[in-house]
Amino acid sequence: MNYKMMGRFIGHILLVEAVFMVVPLIISLFHDEDIVCIGFAASLCVILAVALLLLVLCRGSKRSFKAREGLVCVGVSWIVMSLLGCLPFYISREIPSYLDALFETVSGFTTTGASILSEVEELSMSILYWRSFTHWLGGMGVLVFVLAVGAFGERSKGFTVHLLRAESPGPQVGKLVPKMKKTAEILYLIYIALTIVNIAFLLFGGMPLFDAVCTAFGTAGTGGFGIKNDSIAGYSPYIQNVCTVFMLLFGVNFSCYYLLLLRQFYSVLKDEELRLYLGVVIGSIVLITLDVRGFYGTLGETVRHAAFQVASIVTTTGFATTDFDLWPDFSKAVILGLMVIGACAGSTGGGFKCARILIVVRGLRRNLRRAISPQKVQVVRINNHMIDEKVLENANAYLAAYVLILFFSFILVSVDQFSITTNFTAVLSCFNNIGPGLEAVGPTCNYGDFSWLSKLVLIVDMLAGRLEIFPILILFSRSTWGVFNRKSG
Amino acid sequence: MKIIIAGDGKVGAILTRQLSAEGYDLTLIDANLKVLESTEERYDIMAVQGNCASMEVLEQAGIREADLLIAVTNADEVNLLCCMTAHGMNPDIHTIARIRNPEYTEQIYKMQNLFALSMMINPERQAALEIERLLKYPGFLKRDTFAKGRVEIVELRVEAGHKLCNIALNDLYNIVKCKILVCTVIRNGKAVAPGGNFVLMEGDRIFVTAPANVLTMLLKNLGIITHKVKRVILCGGGRVSYYLAQSLIKNGIGVQIVEQDYDRCIHLANALPHASVIHGDASREFLLDNEGISDCDALVTLTGVDEMNIIISLYGSSCKVPQIITKLGRLENNTILDSLPIGSIISPKELSCNHIVRYVRAMENQTGAALTIHTIADGQAEAVEFMVDKDTLHCGEPLKKLKLKKNVLIVCIMHGMKLDIPNGDSCFEYGDTVIVVTGAGRVVYQLNDIFE
Repeated sequence: MNYKMMGRFIGHILLVEAVFMVVPLIISLFHDEDIVCIGFAASLCVILAVALLLLVLCRGSKRSFKAREGLVCVGVSWIVMSLLGCLPFYISREIPSYLDALFETVSGFTTTGASILSEVEELSMSILYWRSFTHWLGGMGVLVFVLAVGAFGERSKGFTVHLLRAESPGPQVGKLVPKMKKTAEILYLIYIALTIVNIAFLLFGGMPLFDAVCTAFGTAGTGGFGIKNDSIAGYSPYIQNVCTVFMLLFGVNFSCYYLLLLRQFYSVLKDEELRLYLGVVIGSIVLITLDVRGFYGTLGETVRHAAFQVASIVTTTGFATTDFDLWPDFSKAVILGLMVIGACAGSTGGGFKCARILIVVRGLRRNLRRAISPQKVQVVRINNHMIDEKVLENANAYLAAYVLILFFSFILVSVDQFSITTNFTAVLSCFNNIGPGLEAVGPTCNYGDFSWLSKLVLIVDMLAGRLEIFPILILFSRSTWGVFNRKSG
Repeated sequence: MKIIIAGDGKVGAILTRQLSAEGYDLTLIDANLKVLESTEERYDIMAVQGNCASMEVLEQAGIREADLLIAVTNADEVNLLCCMTAHGMNPDIHTIARIRNPEYTEQIYKMQNLFALSMMINPERQAALEIERLLKYPGFLKRDTFAKGRVEIVELRVEAGHKLCNIALNDLYNIVKCKILVCTVIRNGKAVAPGGNFVLMEGDRIFVTAPANVLTMLLKNLGIITHKVKRVILCGGGRVSYYLAQSLIKNGIGVQIVEQDYDRCIHLANALPHASVIHGDASREFLLDNEGISDCDALVTLTGVDEMNIIISLYGSSCKVPQIITKLGRLENNTILDSLPIGSIISPKELSCNHIVRYVRAMENQTGAALTIHTIADGQAEAVEFMVDKDTLHCGEPLKKLKLKKNVLIVCIMHGMKLDIPNGDSCFEYGDTVIVVTGAGRVVYQLNDIFE
């Protein structure tokens, strides 16, 4: 293990975090929020101190980096980032318990949007800003940002792709252009551009600037922290529709946008993952609209609410305009299905990912056919390209890990004596980075009543879900730390 | 005419035999001295040893005076480079390159312009096209097209109890109800030019000239059931298989490919998602049984081993597969094969050689020379298409008054768009196209050569 190199990476990431913390500090100064201002200033100092210490200690590191180290590095850096990122909440006493503050921050960085707060509107503006901004930063990934800024730019020799793979969602992560830095740049530029367009559309609908920025952050990262107690329900239908559209847009694979920029419209239209994603979205909207007819005044209103909730869940954002916990059971079942499916690979959304579903389902179909005619040779193809057996194997392993983690977390959370639906949907919701679940963790409720154990489990689940399981899972593996095989260090 | 052939492999050898017999000045280039020596002993040619893409070797072979370069080494890239280099040294030269890699097939026309090639040939693709044509009309053993596809010479086998059994050729019209002409009959391995009183017998293979638009009617009236081919089993997953499967699938025909090499199977399964690719040894009967050989519509054996193809075809025949096509690399043992029920025989190398020879003949003399030449009746006869020009003798005279050489038959005359299967009163005029069938060993270069 190249610990020095990892230290440097984490140092850089913390520097980025510190830089971004300056904005809420200024907001708090501007609004004379004394105690919060001190909180941000103190946190900033701590983070800067740790970052500089790491950078000084880890000078002159070797620049060799393997796939395993990439995974470990990503896992560790997200944990450190969250541990320090929650300091403003804690120091400013806006969230008195450190565990709660950590839960809130992890929920932010992993773009989950699960909150332990019942009264969001009581928080000060700078804290609300920081809370929403963690979504935006976590959505595309901090490491990708570090790569885009080029902290390791010219001197890095190809190893950085391990980091991108470990942090970006999806079964197959490739570069868009030959240079890693350029790829990261393109991703972030698309991300920033879409966010700005989103803010503009929200402002056009008469939303105050601060609300628009925070809501856009929540949408872009497919996070779901609202700045109002009733999430988006209080805003006008126009704003709700804008949110629906942009949530769906942020759930699309970003390489599709890049292809659009290159004017390769045909290959975007033919993209099978995109087709599945849109098919799922439209199908669910139709089904739910039929199921909940009569709940709302007009057909238009019904479709609007159905579309918003479907977009919010399938992209794993977690905003709400209505309490879907009150919907009939069939609609709730559809919502549960959407929670698992998730958005496209290569987007800011979470979940199992449409691409992986395609791969797993086609692999399953292939294996079924193989059982019928064992001699027949069949390959799994997506977008007219053969899927490598290794990718197929990985997707199946991912499914196994996914189900196991879901199951064990569910058992652990069940210690708290809530109903089965609550426990299950809480785990499902956190693991898939959505936010709201059903019953006691429904759209109108929060996670504040869970015990410390459950909160810890859910924190791990959120991180595992955001980083696609393996970077977190590998941290628990003894061989990673060379306990059995000291020579590997 | 001076011709340079680069590559003395199997195709090179067949070309050498054919072209030197027709009297062209041949120069052969090959890297292998031994092969060259043995070829030089048998034919009257010049041999140059070396790399055919090197300027020095091409210079040695006399590229500056040559009219045509045929590059048929086993490497596509070498063939292309050879033709390009030759073209650079002598801009007037015609070049023919053999290109076999399927990855180049899609860009073949672009490449032809890019590298200034006169012609590109792909033996496997041609074989696949030929097989596809055969599958379109199950019942014919072989089809050769003339006059841009408007006339065909098809091969039929007279089976026991067939309507044609014991019928004199004069009475043929009463059965088939359309104008056709039997130009050659193979009986006991020997080609015979039949007269009007010739009586067909069981086991005969007949070659029939017919307009393309009556083929369906011909089969129907002969009582040969031609249900459309819906499912084909291909044994062997080589290039021919790939091309064939590709076009069959495009026509909505189900394709099963049996291939032994697993990696090749994966490749095929990826390239042909609608085909069903089976990993296994096609010479094992139970495997073919499992794949439903007994109720498939056609079996095509395309493995790289001739003996294997014959054995599989024999098994297919014992399973009563309606149509069987066998690919053979060597055609020397044709007389033995004739007695075996292995269906139509396809030889990619022979096909591409015919193609090249046709080009050479057309190049030599644009008027009076053969337009197309097809070898029929196992090489015992040739069908040649000529244009009647102003130097042609006997224009406008009825055929019964003409004295033709022995074993020469005029089987079709085309006046513009009008097609005529000739009888004694027919005649040809300036501007017509005629198809002549000649007996074994008699090469006809000019239309006037057929008259006594």
